[in-house]
Amino acid sequence: MVGLLGRKISMTQVYKEQGEVIPVTVIEAGPCFVTQKKTKDSDGYEAVQLGYKETKEKLLNKAKIGHLKKAKVNLLKYLSEFKVSKIDEYEIGQEIKVNIFKEGELVKITGTTKGKGFTGVIKRWGFKGGRGSHGSMFHRAPGSIGRGSSDPSRVYKGTKLPGRKGGQRFTVTKLRVVQIDIERNLILVKGSVPGNHDGLLRIKRM
Amino acid sequence: MTTMNILEEITKNQLKKDIPDFKPGNTLRVTFKIFEDEKVRKQSFEGVVIKRSGAGTKETFTLRRVSYGVGVEKTFPLHSPNIEEIKVIYQGIVKRAKLYYLREKKGKAAKVKRKLIKKDAQT
Repeated sequence: MVGLLGRKISMTQVYKEQGEVIPVTVIEAGPCFVTQKKTKDSDGYEAVQLGYKETKEKLLNKAKIGHLKKAKVNLLKYLSEFKVSKIDEYEIGQEIKVNIFKEGELVKITGTTKGKGFTGVIKRWGFKGGRGSHGSMFHRAPGSIGRGSSDPSRVYKGTKLPGRKGGQRFTVTKLRVVQIDIERNLILVKGSVPGNHDGLLRIKRM
Repeated sequence: MTTMNILEEITKNQLKKDIPDFKPGNTLRVTFKIFEDEKVRKQSFEGVVIKRSGAGTKETFTLRRVSYGVGVEKTFPLHSPNIEEIKVIYQGIVKRAKLYYLREKKGKAAKVKRKLIKKDAQT
């Protein structure tokens, strides 16, 4: 099952018939174009490469321009592969739009989370922290990170410590499609998706 | 299309067009639907508008009334399909946009002064 590439637009809310308010994320999905087909014979697996978002020529390098010219599609900024079961259904240059999804369906969406910079353990790992007053002297520090003198004499790898948070690839599953607008290439899903507005997203059926 | 344009386009058909002009300080009667299993009931609530907040489909307003000596506040989404009718009963004279001060007042001080309007102007 092929998916789509898109960009996050914003969040808003829509009303259902019984006055129920649903928080939705508006995503501009596609139109995407098939730029390359990966087959068992040539690559060892079956997938289609999709391109998204028209751009200017000066923003792309020559290798990418050549690759897109071969597929006879417009200049596209992003390329991404999607595994498919029936490769014969797709042709190079084919346009894929939001109508591959249906309202009420569950999808999963992958994006890059908002970068939070260098953060402490409370924000990054959800540590409790200490008491603010009454002479506690232990506020937002990580506390003990291991035995020092005898057994390991070192800090274990993967210990939860302060550092960079966010800016990572993240997938949200089980998002329900609330509405589809084929004319404007929009898809509305219930709930939030990772990343900033305008961020690149990968949408796949569950 | 910019982000705001897209959002406006999506929510355009959800916005009600027959909403009367009302402000904080006005007294409203709101008739709304209540869904009970398969039955639909109608109920109305009367009170002073103490705030309007948000914009577009997200806009809400809050009504306050004192019933049997207990202050009751109810917040409605302005464009909700459950709201059947909004009727302006009185207009009030107030000097702020959020009438939170009414919560601390009692008796006559908790009332909003009414604006005198002609009878036929109300319809």
